[in-house]
Amino acid sequence: MPLAPGGLLQLSPEGLYCPAAKAWIDPWRPVPRALITHAHADHARPGCGEYWAVGSSEGILRERLGAEINLLPVDYGQLHRIGEARVSFHSAGHVLGSAQIRLEAGGESWLVSGDYKRCADPSCAPFEPVQADVLISEATFGLPIYRWQSGADVAAEILAWWRSAPDRPSVLFCYAFGKAQRVLAELHRLGVSEEVLLHGAVERLMGPYREAGVAMPPTLPLAQLERGSDLAGRLLIAPPAAHRSRGLGRFAKAQNGFVSGWMAVRGARRRRGYGRGFVMSDHADWAGLLQSIRGSKAQQVYVTHGQSNVLARYLREVEGISAEPLEGRFEAERFDEEEPS
Amino acid sequence: MEAFAGLFQQLDGTASTSAKLAALEHYFRSAPPGDAAWALALLLGRRRKRLISGRRLREICLAATDLPEWLFEACHSQVGDSAETVSLLWGQHPASTIDGTALSTWMEERLPKLAALQGEEQATAIVECWASIPEPHLLLLNKLLSGGFRVGVSTGLVTRALANSAELDESLLAHRLMGGFTPSSESFAALLAPAEQGEDHAARPYPFFLASPMERGQLLDSQPGNWLLEWKWDGIRGQLIHRSGGCSLWSRGEELINDAFPELISLAEALPQGTVLDGEVIVWPADAPHPEPFASLQRRLGRKAPSRALQRDCPAAFVAYDLLEHAGSDLRQHPLHERRRLLEALHQGLQGTQPVLRLSSTQALRRWDELDELRDQARLHRAEGLMLKGIDSPYLVGRKRGHWWKHKLEPLRLDVVLLYAQAGSGKRANLYTDYSFGLWNDDGALVTFAKAYSGLDNSEIKELDRWIRAHTTERFGPVRAVEPLQVFELAFEGIQHSKRHKCGLAVRFPRISRWRTDKPACEADSLASARALLEQLP
Repeated sequence: MPLAPGGLLQLSPEGLYCPAAKAWIDPWRPVPRALITHAHADHARPGCGEYWAVGSSEGILRERLGAEINLLPVDYGQLHRIGEARVSFHSAGHVLGSAQIRLEAGGESWLVSGDYKRCADPSCAPFEPVQADVLISEATFGLPIYRWQSGADVAAEILAWWRSAPDRPSVLFCYAFGKAQRVLAELHRLGVSEEVLLHGAVERLMGPYREAGVAMPPTLPLAQLERGSDLAGRLLIAPPAAHRSRGLGRFAKAQNGFVSGWMAVRGARRRRGYGRGFVMSDHADWAGLLQSIRGSKAQQVYVTHGQSNVLARYLREVEGISAEPLEGRFEAERFDEEEPS
Repeated sequence: MEAFAGLFQQLDGTASTSAKLAALEHYFRSAPPGDAAWALALLLGRRRKRLISGRRLREICLAATDLPEWLFEACHSQVGDSAETVSLLWGQHPASTIDGTALSTWMEERLPKLAALQGEEQATAIVECWASIPEPHLLLLNKLLSGGFRVGVSTGLVTRALANSAELDESLLAHRLMGGFTPSSESFAALLAPAEQGEDHAARPYPFFLASPMERGQLLDSQPGNWLLEWKWDGIRGQLIHRSGGCSLWSRGEELINDAFPELISLAEALPQGTVLDGEVIVWPADAPHPEPFASLQRRLGRKAPSRALQRDCPAAFVAYDLLEHAGSDLRQHPLHERRRLLEALHQGLQGTQPVLRLSSTQALRRWDELDELRDQARLHRAEGLMLKGIDSPYLVGRKRGHWWKHKLEPLRLDVVLLYAQAGSGKRANLYTDYSFGLWNDDGALVTFAKAYSGLDNSEIKELDRWIRAHTTERFGPVRAVEPLQVFELAFEGIQHSKRHKCGLAVRFPRISRWRTDKPACEADSLASARALLEQLP
């Protein structure tokens, strides 16, 4: 369903548009002014005139979109006047520097959730509950089969799995931006202080996390590992795209695992051919989605990404909240796809 | 059940054969015999009895969690498996983290008791059961209840692990496992007893020796004369036994099929006691030059007590190609030419009194470069190719390369158009992988012709899935009709008339051999070309 004309936010071919602020939120195409919820590639695209984003995401945005972008860093909770609108960014708990964006003008307030999660994550600021009249929420994992354990518990499983194979290397696949650093931060909390190997794609994103003061074990880029080093008992963190790639030839005998919310379903793990699946997601699970939507006190909810039809129907029929799926180019990561690129 | 659940997780969590073998051996060494017996039966896939249907589990889960039914359906289409969906949706925190009940107690007492209950009482008991076990065991329990327990280990691997753990000979164990294994600590102990001289296997068949697809390079070093060539028949493999214990006919799936083929049991009775034949069960009328297509045999399979009319319309025969036991002694280590000589003598001794016994004919080949020409004649004999067996080969267990090769006919092929798609289940849940294809009829319309589920690689499946979602014209429940634009080359082993199919034709073993992105739909094949293929057959 499209957004009603005349509202604070509109759906334009470039993406979600706020006429009062003359700004687009996570636009799909180059626009003069973009408000960015977070630096994942399906939310932050190159070519815009100016970017408004939370300061702690600056390093990663510049790494991904180019060092020369015109970026206006903001703080969480700070109120900005952009055009006719008042705009504020609030922590979404998704990855470093991720935000929900709240817009207000003409007596109407909207909240665009971006991607968010409710579980504790030592690598980023926690989710901040925010209220608004209208909420646009994601629904990547909008099914009750998705129910997360705490990151600390999953990290303990990962550690036990790693320690169970002292005679060979372990390769842990996870998204290079966000998940990899979350896993490292959780491992640090469990007392891991030995060096972890990193695939180049993960290594590139470590700087901003170290600068933000996220405590993680020491890491070594794979490229700097001496030839012929003993790999037994070592842990390598690599992005899913490297699974079965030639670059990891030295790790042919390794045990492997994949860290993702999709791993909750056995078929999803078997289809990808991973040994162990660790269920850890940077998106809200079913309960987290419901809790956040209720907490927003929104009178109207629009649902994007993934299970938008299912979640909207549930909100209407069971929760009694006016909700509709919002159609557009909101690409959710899917079951069988790697990190959106 | 802790140990078995741990084994399940280990087997499920690795693709490495050596890791699976190690996990299995460790389990068999440490589990009490009663549990090990059940684990063995479950791993061999012999105990897939459904105690409670997936539908009933779903009902109980819906009532206990208060979720709307449509939401369950949405979850199920993501998961692709009822037992797993129920397990994921249950989601209540369990009362304990340890399951102290032995696997054998679950299998022999607790699960059958749950199955025997009715209505509300059953629902309450199952909910209590779910609440009492650790969360990681839920899936296992629901799989055992619904009879859907499966994990990626082959019979051969399980046999090897058990043989290693008990320090027994693998082929001896394979033989002892033939023809069924009823789990109990007694039967398990008997299974692992030390080998005895002249062990009596009563009605047990021998493990089948299997051929591998031909590797030409392996043949060229030897003379064609060192090989016995036979047609590869399109029936089912069988072992026909007459021992002091009685007569039996076993299928390759280790099922006793005496009841379905009374005429072959009569044949077995006419054989001398202490005889085991290996051969093909096939429908072949007494005076016909070649056998009937597989579809005729299908009418006989799984049919207990076939009517007289059916036996007359689809008369079964046994095409014997090996003699495994003669006058009570095991011939499997003797060279094939010797077994064959004894088989021929046995056949001759019957002096034509048993027309349902046919001796597999052997084909002569002078030079290797005439091999394919000979193979191509198989179709005229209604066979699916050639078998090549080393004349000195022993009769081994399972698939051991080098002694027996199969050289199948090139499949028939047609270019077909994708019409409908349906999502798969399990590993392929939520992914459109079950395809229906059509051919052009005389009026220039596409008519459904065949379904296929295999032949594309993972990246093609993904690409096609995306294309299907973007080009859906209509939805019928789980099925999507798509724009008729994509052409695929379909390979299949045989084609025949069929009253059950709209297009009047049925094909055997259809699979996709190529995605013809180079071909527009209008250049796909027609029903007329399919019929022409049929007419070329004898």
